[in-house]
Amino acid sequence: MPETESAGEDAQALSRDVSRRRFLKLIAVGGGFAAAGALGGKFLFEKLAGTPEDALNPAPGQRRSWVMLIDLKRCDGCGVCTAACRKEHNVPAGQEWIKVYQVRNDDGSSYFLPRPCMHCENAPCVSVCPVGATFVRRDGLVLVDHDRCIGCRYCMAACPYDARYFNWGGAAELTPEERALYRPEYPLVHRRGTVEKCVFCAHRADQGQLPACVEKCPMKAIFFGDAREDAVSNGTEVWQLSKVLRESAGFRFKEELGTKPRVFYLPARRD
Amino acid sequence: MPETTPEIEAEIDHLLAPVRHWSKRFLAFIGCLAAVVGWGAYAYSVQLREGLAVTNMRNTVLWGVYISNFVFFIGISHVGALMSAILRLTHANWRKPVTRMAEAITVCSLAVGAAMPLIDLGRPDRILNVIVYGRLQSAILWDFVSISTYLTGSLIFLYLFLLPDTALLRDRLRGVGRFRRWLYTTLSIGWKGTSGQRRRLDRSIGIMTILILPIAISVHTVVSWIFAMTLRVGWDSTIFGPYFVAGALFSGVASVLMAMALFTHFYKLQKWITPVHFRNLGLILLLLDIVYIYFTLNEYVTVSYKNETTEAQLLSALYGGEFAWIFWSVQIGGLLIPAFILAIRRTRTTLGIIVAATLVNVTMWLKRYVIVVSTLATPQMPQPWGAYWPSWVEWSITAAAFAGFVLLFALFSRVFPIVSVWEVTERHPASETTPEAEAVETEAGG
Repeated sequence: MPETESAGEDAQALSRDVSRRRFLKLIAVGGGFAAAGALGGKFLFEKLAGTPEDALNPAPGQRRSWVMLIDLKRCDGCGVCTAACRKEHNVPAGQEWIKVYQVRNDDGSSYFLPRPCMHCENAPCVSVCPVGATFVRRDGLVLVDHDRCIGCRYCMAACPYDARYFNWGGAAELTPEERALYRPEYPLVHRRGTVEKCVFCAHRADQGQLPACVEKCPMKAIFFGDAREDAVSNGTEVWQLSKVLRESAGFRFKEELGTKPRVFYLPARRD
Repeated sequence: MPETTPEIEAEIDHLLAPVRHWSKRFLAFIGCLAAVVGWGAYAYSVQLREGLAVTNMRNTVLWGVYISNFVFFIGISHVGALMSAILRLTHANWRKPVTRMAEAITVCSLAVGAAMPLIDLGRPDRILNVIVYGRLQSAILWDFVSISTYLTGSLIFLYLFLLPDTALLRDRLRGVGRFRRWLYTTLSIGWKGTSGQRRRLDRSIGIMTILILPIAISVHTVVSWIFAMTLRVGWDSTIFGPYFVAGALFSGVASVLMAMALFTHFYKLQKWITPVHFRNLGLILLLLDIVYIYFTLNEYVTVSYKNETTEAQLLSALYGGEFAWIFWSVQIGGLLIPAFILAIRRTRTTLGIIVAATLVNVTMWLKRYVIVVSTLATPQMPQPWGAYWPSWVEWSITAAAFAGFVLLFALFSRVFPIVSVWEVTERHPASETTPEAEAVETEAGG
């Protein structure tokens, strides 16, 4: 009975085929789930752990990528930057948006460390803000919307650089004239119960001017510029950022935390 | 209640007595508590007028006792879930006279605890921004969601177990004001104790028992994550979730023990709340104490061994510096001494257990204070240590928080029976053992 035999073979082949098809289907479905899981996981990770951008490799379509470079060898700790900043933004008493620390080495020597806001790419303050009052602008600036801030101070707890300050007292509301002046880029007036910090002089950067601290620094120690142009300037000199970072052992403060600051330093001593 | 005997009637009468009659002494007590709360409200009005400048929090130590109180009160709220869910699931029938207290503690402490971060806000007028602009990436949002879910769940839980008692109050309480008549009638939603109603109640309780557990665990986990999601030394810890959950249950059980002692004394509940209840909960407290010691060892031994630069700064402040007195009070007064009191049979008396519970509660508040303040005070830039000691406004609001908690709890015990009447007067010899019978059983076993 050849016919029956072949029918049997057919049936066998069919069942083999079906099981193979089922197997392939299973693989496809499983793979689909795995891919969806991986994508979802990646999405979640990026949402939670910040975007993998970098100041020196800005995203395509990003027009500007502001960065600061501070040459610690030049800083003599005079504090003119802090005063210039205070004047520029009418910074409230008790706050130093750019603060000059004196760091003592074990051998007794010391150097000065000016600390503006680091405008981190992976900013812990932005991650923890419950209401999105602190945000990252397209050009990398981390700003605070004082109309939205609820004053929980979680961003201050999260900032590893103590760059944020709170308006503990003062007026709670703005007058109409003050309101007309206010922009997150230009926080000239300050409201009680909200968080403040260095804004990289966003209002000046938008007009092609250097920040107040850069302009006033008598030692010409602070540089500012656009990482996309690979150039920073202190008003008199223009340096190629990548070159100076490479040649003069540039670094970022607390690099190991993964916050990816937009502020670079050149070491205080050439050891 | 299907069948009733004169004995049961007398029990019901006794348990409803605090609800039936508000003594002068009680009114005076309520008055004192209300005065403290009123003083706290005045302090808060000063803070609203002047801003947080009237606190002693500053840019370095930017959170203080408000956040410590928050963690403390949310912590003790966990006991409701433990007593009513875990002990129910494990068929520990001795729980019945004390679960109502635990559930009331949960609701009262959640209400007070949830108010604390709002009092800490710089802009309480913008609180709705959390809903309007809420960002799911923020641990504060996780807290907002899980605490409000837990509060809702705990209210449902409390209410389900309260339902048959509200009917009892509706039927038996004469001569109370119109408001309370209306309250009992409304809350009892036509409860008659028919078998159909009982079945539906049992099923609802069964569902809530399972639901409340993951919610409760999530609450203190995300409270701890507020801290653990930062890069701060002392907070940047992987075990903060379970560490905080254990601490929450630990201080929660201690709170129930203190409440048991006070209510047994003032409402004369010796017939229902016996030394066995103290002993059983005392042993649970001992277990949680050991768990907490274990977590504490994990937390500090690992970082001390490596002694990384910034960790070393904080550790030296905790072990022998500014915070040493608090740190060692917690470890010795709050963990070791209670462990010995509870472990040694001779000291594990009702009085000993109450002393241990009090020690635990006081030091667990200190523990939360030291977690919040010591980390923030540790310099993360080249600068001196941050200084902090609460101002009069902060102390006043803290005192008001505790007074408010006791006030809510005391009022609850005068509007509803603090012991679940329908559960303790139930007589089903076939399926359930009476507390007395079980007491004998457990005594024999122990």
